[in-house]
Amino acid sequence: MGLPNASDDLSSEMEVDAFRRLFPLRFFERHLAESIRPDGRPLGKARDTSVFLGAVASANGSALAKIGSTTMLTAIKMEVMTPSLESPDEGCIAIDFHMPPICSPIVRPGRPAEAAPVISKQLFDTISSSGLVNLKELSLVNGKAAWMAYLDVYCLDADGALFDAALLSAVSALSHLQIPAVAINDDGKIVLMSEEDGQKQAQEQVNKEKRKLTLKSIPFSLTCILHKNYILADPTAEEESIMETLVTIVLDSSGQLISLYKPGGSVLAHTSALQDCVALTRQRVKELKSILDEQNSVMEIEQD
Amino acid sequence: MERPDGRTPNQLRPLSSLRSVLHRAHGSATWSQGDTKVIAAVYGPKGGTKKNENPQKASIEVIWKPKTGQIGKQEKEYEMILKRTLESICIRTIHPNTTTSVIVQVVHDDGALLPCAINAACAAFVDAGIPLKHLAVAICCSVSESGYIILDPTKHEEEKMKAFAYLVYPNAVVSVLPEKSLQVGDEPMANGLITSVTQGSMSVDDYLHCLERGRATTAKLSEFLRKNIEPKSTSELSKAG
Repeated sequence: MGLPNASDDLSSEMEVDAFRRLFPLRFFERHLAESIRPDGRPLGKARDTSVFLGAVASANGSALAKIGSTTMLTAIKMEVMTPSLESPDEGCIAIDFHMPPICSPIVRPGRPAEAAPVISKQLFDTISSSGLVNLKELSLVNGKAAWMAYLDVYCLDADGALFDAALLSAVSALSHLQIPAVAINDDGKIVLMSEEDGQKQAQEQVNKEKRKLTLKSIPFSLTCILHKNYILADPTAEEESIMETLVTIVLDSSGQLISLYKPGGSVLAHTSALQDCVALTRQRVKELKSILDEQNSVMEIEQD
Repeated sequence: MERPDGRTPNQLRPLSSLRSVLHRAHGSATWSQGDTKVIAAVYGPKGGTKKNENPQKASIEVIWKPKTGQIGKQEKEYEMILKRTLESICIRTIHPNTTTSVIVQVVHDDGALLPCAINAACAAFVDAGIPLKHLAVAICCSVSESGYIILDPTKHEEEKMKAFAYLVYPNAVVSVLPEKSLQVGDEPMANGLITSVTQGSMSVDDYLHCLERGRATTAKLSEFLRKNIEPKSTSELSKAG
């Protein structure tokens, strides 16, 4: 074996795995030049995605979303609260994103991951900007009682595109959410209604039946990596750590732009690249919407 | 559309900036746009990096201090955006295995806070002499219900708008290098976008309009930033000479 020259940069003499670890960027660039990614995907294709509704039986609404091996579990718990004075006819949603140590080697117990508060803020901004949930629907008695929805997203496996998976599981859980039936008792307190005593308190019912929220245009997102002139959709954790420029685009099902998020990165985004990313996101929104619709219709059939 | 303070839609609020305002910091600057004012201080580069940071590159740490109260999720997000933005303009291979701390103190928030903080941090970096590839200039564009775009809104205007975008661009580089080397593909580097954060829903076309309008105005901002840097450095030179 001769000394390696510039043209065959050791790659012909080294095992693939060793080359991947030692020269990760060059390993990726060699794939990109052939318009393929190490996991066999074309550049613009997202990983296989699945949604499972009702994963947590004790919650009022829940969903498990998987994008490749990135896994997110969302559960929504409803509680009755007194609405604030500024908006007496509105309920409230509290969103929290958790990254327990189980999800990734970079999260250590006792020290919360840096990304967690940022993603929960992004989720909250996205869901409130899109107007997905009409907070007035969460009102029970004007000025006296309203629903507080605690929406918790748990990351079980963090393998890139965390925000995409978190948003998908959050909107899926909201679409699965059933608001429990409640009534006002003699003391003016709100009580949960069980099936049997529904008859007795018929005259005081506030919320007669279990009901679903009417969701306006649902937001879906796609994260892309910009690297040189390449655009890679739905990156894995490995790709995210090697190529640092990420762009996350959120579009709702009517095509409105809810968020275009690019926190720095060494590659500058030009208008043409952004338009390509938007086009990829449009396709992805259609895919995700059909996956979610399918799951919802399966649920309805099961309930009937 | 009329703006309460009589500005035209593209007009920015009066800018002002001072450098080296703090004695002990390695670099510091204030930046104000109208009533929004931020002080940034830079300490470093100090030895060693934090855990999970690449020791082969210089790392940057951002500490955001709100005007009152504790920091919440919003401030954490700002810290992360500021950190990533600054990392992308620094030449991080020059001081490997070091950490540079940036402390951002909000003096008053009257709209467009994050762009103001990014501009302040950038001026403080220059003051501290941290090697940079280019400067960054940040601007806030907001879109009204009717699709009307105004730049650099005040807090009062922000509340009435349906959406806004914080955009960060590289400044136009004055360089001895040939023109070609500053181009990425067919487009000049200054047209690229470093950071984008949006809130509220708007159409994709509105966003693209924001991009254009923001880009046109950053020329003014980057000229101001550059002017602000120059006189001091020449006076230092004359002192030294």
